[in-house]
Amino acid sequence: MMTMAPPQASTLAGSVDTLFDVMLALTGTISVAVFVVMIFFCVKYRRRSHADRSNANQTRLGVEVAWTVVPFLMFMALFGWSISLWSRMRTPPADAAPIYVVAKQWMWKVQHPGGQREIDSLHVPLGRPIRLVMTSQDVIHDFYVPAFRQKQDVLPGRYTQLWFTATREGEYPLLCSQYCGTDHARMTGNVTVMKPADYARWLQAHAGTGLAEQGAERFRRFGCSGCHGSQSSVHAPDLDGLYGSTVPLADGSQVRADDRYIRDSIMLPRKQVAAGYAPIMPSYTGRIGEDDVLALIAYLKSRHATTETAREQH
Amino acid sequence: MNSIESAVPPPRSYLDDGHSLRSWLFTHDHKRIAILYALAITFFFFLGGFAAMLIRLELITPAGDLLTADAYNKAFTFHGVVMVWFFLIPSIPATLGNFLLPMMIGARDMAFPRLNLFSWYLYMIGGLFTLAMLVLGGVDTGWTFYTPFSTMFSNGHVMLTVVGVFVVGFSSILTGINFIVTTHSMRAPGMTWMRLPLFVWAMYAVALVMVLATPVLAMTLSLIALERIFGVGIFDPALGGDPVLFQHFFWFYSHPAVYIMVLPAMGVVSELITAGARKRIFGYRFMVWAIVGISVVGFLVWGHHMFVAGQSMYASMVFSILSFIIAVPSAIKVFNWTATLYKGRIDFNAPMLYALGFVGLFMLGGMTGIFLAATALDVSLHDTYFVVAHFHYIMVGGSVMAYLGGIHFWWPKVTGRLYSQAWARFAAILMFFGFNLTFFPQYLLGYEGMPRRYHEYLPQFQVLNILSSAGASILAVSYLLPLVYLGWSLRHGPRAGPNPWRAKGLEWLTDSPPPTHNFEVTPVVNEGPYAYEDA
Repeated sequence: MMTMAPPQASTLAGSVDTLFDVMLALTGTISVAVFVVMIFFCVKYRRRSHADRSNANQTRLGVEVAWTVVPFLMFMALFGWSISLWSRMRTPPADAAPIYVVAKQWMWKVQHPGGQREIDSLHVPLGRPIRLVMTSQDVIHDFYVPAFRQKQDVLPGRYTQLWFTATREGEYPLLCSQYCGTDHARMTGNVTVMKPADYARWLQAHAGTGLAEQGAERFRRFGCSGCHGSQSSVHAPDLDGLYGSTVPLADGSQVRADDRYIRDSIMLPRKQVAAGYAPIMPSYTGRIGEDDVLALIAYLKSRHATTETAREQH
Repeated sequence: MNSIESAVPPPRSYLDDGHSLRSWLFTHDHKRIAILYALAITFFFFLGGFAAMLIRLELITPAGDLLTADAYNKAFTFHGVVMVWFFLIPSIPATLGNFLLPMMIGARDMAFPRLNLFSWYLYMIGGLFTLAMLVLGGVDTGWTFYTPFSTMFSNGHVMLTVVGVFVVGFSSILTGINFIVTTHSMRAPGMTWMRLPLFVWAMYAVALVMVLATPVLAMTLSLIALERIFGVGIFDPALGGDPVLFQHFFWFYSHPAVYIMVLPAMGVVSELITAGARKRIFGYRFMVWAIVGISVVGFLVWGHHMFVAGQSMYASMVFSILSFIIAVPSAIKVFNWTATLYKGRIDFNAPMLYALGFVGLFMLGGMTGIFLAATALDVSLHDTYFVVAHFHYIMVGGSVMAYLGGIHFWWPKVTGRLYSQAWARFAAILMFFGFNLTFFPQYLLGYEGMPRRYHEYLPQFQVLNILSSAGASILAVSYLLPLVYLGWSLRHGPRAGPNPWRAKGLEWLTDSPPPTHNFEVTPVVNEGPYAYEDA
């Protein structure tokens, strides 16, 4: 049966399959053992047999304790193994390269930081950790690549992430595995794993305006700069250096300005109001798409980076 | 009490106590109510089965050629809603439980006979809403109603379905209350807690779970209604809600609901195996504590449905370890059933074949549950056919086998008639093979990466899907067979007598079919259950 597994195309796949095989061997052995004992008893103690049945109704405490404690210890060992692998699967390496995914009924939109866009396909280089930052425009979807042994729900109103390092060139199915309505079964695509050099060429060929520059353009077009720009007379927070900083809120608490905070501030501005500012920011929910928000975040991130460099130069 | 019992006139069987429709529809007799339930859930079982047949026919080919995508989505939603709420949850408790619980503890009826009848009417009202939903065009949310799809995006008859499930939930709450009070207050003299048959323990535990968990379902469904009708932002992030909150609420009910479906099956099988092997259950106390343990820990594992849903990594770790732990009492039960066969005098009658089939299928379902409890493996397997196979092994291989085993075991008691053992054995064996052929390939499909709820699929999955559909047709035949030979026995079966299996248990002391008030004289209990001494 092992030959039926999907190809192993990520650094995690081998470890996941090893755990699966060990578990299969353990539970398989126990199941077969119980079946054999059951069939043996059924034959030996069938109604018409003359087998010895003296002291039939004894219950032995030792037996009960043994078959309680042994499975328990076995389960705890398997839990420990599984959880250490799980932590690895859920913690992207610090140097993982981000790629942005927006799911909607019923397609996958992919945005590379360099401005390359794809629909229902994702190109990634071999051997480099990739971190997908994902959100949904409507209902819950799920990004599933069997060959990578990775899967993560993609939620509206939130960013979830999924990481992998591809280890084998080729095309692998990408599937939506959270039921999302009529064409759920057609919300599929391909992940193409390429040699780094080929990938660089692919990036070059599909380069567009960078995500941060797209964000800068949207920052003006959506009217953000009208209040948040340096020339503005409106009392609105200055967004230079915002990304990654700690923001004091009107209710006295503090929040780190990460992707989620910035997204919420655009789409649900009343949720967390910055201290010292009137809650006058209009909500952009329904007016702009999740891909626009991703571009805006990339833009604010770049402004953070430029201020950092500026500070370092002083 | 005894003087009142002896004043009862000569017993007339509960079936002969009035033949009019009115005498059935207004009955307070727990046995007649059990039969009303049995008729209703049989109807819904075949209706849900019909939807399953459409699903399996569609999946014979990779292309979506038999049904449209929407029709397919409605078929699996209808299958899930009907099978979970209108068959599996009421199945054993409302039929066998209603019939047997008072008899097994030596009582004349339930503590609240009118409430018992009322709960059947609630079930029927919920059922009518569900039928209305079907007739008007169905619903496509899946039985899990995940938000924000169900609240803001689905165009189906979500509200009709939600109201139907809401109402039927109260039917199980009322049944649960009745079981709890009856078990506490109506046991015959000498029937101490540690002398209760395991079936009664299972009914008691399941009643507690019903009463504690089902209100959360009612609350969750109400919140769906609030958001869908009035646009109150609870689950949809566009309105400021949180879609994962819905999943927490939903599984806080629906995971215990899995135990509502399987605990009664465990109770039935304990009765069947002891009677079939003519032996005391091995490790009675461990079996009792396993039931109690499962029903308590069952409340603490709901998050294992959400390992990839965006739940915190640490929450997932806690839910994972608890899910491993809940496998321990299930393992204890399998080992004890097996050990009960040791030095028994095993008669392979039809109920025993069903019971042995249950143990095998439940074990395979349970073992694969351990894979899913392991977070690292669940990432791959979650929402694939592996999960579909896993829960069908527990609920169809487990609960339905046990339900049918119980029907065959107590049929002589309920109807006073015997049925053809040869046909019944044949149906049980056919069911075992048909079931495995249907669902074992689905483990492999999930392992290969086929997601569930797919109307179309990649061509490499076709062979296994054809096997599964072939198995489903065998399974369908094996479910129809009992209708024929059990139906035949109603008219032509030989008279059963009070105790055709020579089984222990108070229900076998009285006539078959029993008189309206079960016992002419309230029995006095002076020994534990399963006192088989002739092994």
